[in-house]
Amino acid sequence: MNWFISIGANTLNRLEMFGRATIMLFGAIIAKPQPLKLIPLTIKQIHVVGVQSLLIVVVSGLFIGMVMALQGYTILVSYGAEGSLGPMVALSLLRELGPVVTALLFAGRAGSALTAEIGLMKATEQLSSLEMMAVDPLRRIIAPRLWAGIISMPMLALIFSAVGILGGHLVGVDWLGVDSGSYWSIMQSTVDWNKDVVNGIIKTIVFAFVITWIAIFKGYDSTPTSEGISKATTETVVFSSLAVLGLDFILTALMFGIE
Amino acid sequence: MKSRKAELLVGIFVALTIAAGLMLALNVANQSMSGSEDTYVLYAKFDNIGGLKVRSAVKVGGVTVGRVDKITLNSSDFTPLVTMSILSEFNQFPETSSVSILTSGLLGEQYIGFRPGFSIDGIENLAQGDYIEDTKSALILEDLIGQFLFSSNDG
Repeated sequence: MNWFISIGANTLNRLEMFGRATIMLFGAIIAKPQPLKLIPLTIKQIHVVGVQSLLIVVVSGLFIGMVMALQGYTILVSYGAEGSLGPMVALSLLRELGPVVTALLFAGRAGSALTAEIGLMKATEQLSSLEMMAVDPLRRIIAPRLWAGIISMPMLALIFSAVGILGGHLVGVDWLGVDSGSYWSIMQSTVDWNKDVVNGIIKTIVFAFVITWIAIFKGYDSTPTSEGISKATTETVVFSSLAVLGLDFILTALMFGIE
Repeated sequence: MKSRKAELLVGIFVALTIAAGLMLALNVANQSMSGSEDTYVLYAKFDNIGGLKVRSAVKVGGVTVGRVDKITLNSSDFTPLVTMSILSEFNQFPETSSVSILTSGLLGEQYIGFRPGFSIDGIENLAQGDYIEDTKSALILEDLIGQFLFSSNDG
């Protein structure tokens, strides 16, 4: 009997949380947007969320491209097919690693920061004082951060893939001696703009939306204590990483699985 | 002042993204010829080019001397016409040179093997726009297997 009660309570809690998250999303994005006030705030948040994540994204993109070229080369060279190194690096970056790794880094670097910031605002009652001053915190605090996350993560992923391909070129061509022409030419004949690049961008937009939504909601919904904020931050990273990996499988199956 | 700095950095961020997108569009997805090196053009007609692609290498004894520029079908006799651009520093090839389509490794990509011919008096060097007469087509594995099956049936 108790067992059923706990299942029921759990389900209701989760549904309620999902409902609160959706109400927050609608309040922030759809209800009476004020673009004139929103755009400067969003640009400031893109700086915090996007520009400050640039370094970690560029460095990890470079190294992931280099490692993939190194690993791919040792396998491909035994079949005499090291010319296929270019498409291997490019396709895996554009289709999978670019969106997914950027999303995981973004969740760790920017998502956790968003949760902690908003959680602390709530704990120190900054959000309530904004309401006291008749400023809607959903519009003033939440909406710019949401838009900044959704805008800047696809940009980061695009930079990640480009830097990764250059890193693969660095190791494959300049170090291991794959022919530069075949690196680019076979890549060009294999990679399709709509099928590979655009699908990768669609993936990152979905991931960006999910991560930012989870991060902001966890902060907005956190218990306003130091423990509550630390729990919310952990949950942000765990939930958004799992959501990204799960969604990635679904999106990949939809985009590339069934032809 | 603080806000202007943020705007500047966001501007740089956007520019970087556009650069990355352009690189992916032009360099990775498909791209026009981007070499600024000095080259001259040679033509060769083949019966069958197999898996040769634009931007494949042209090699002399394994050294890359040029690239395939364009592959078209000759409209009068329906044979593939391959346009190659060769680096100008390699402009001493005699007219008797031959080209063949080779495969690097068992499964590798195909390239053009350029074999310089003999040069005696009266034989000029290949120059811009010349046709190479002596060409060997790509080996088609399926044809070879077919021939092998035929000959083993007879025997």
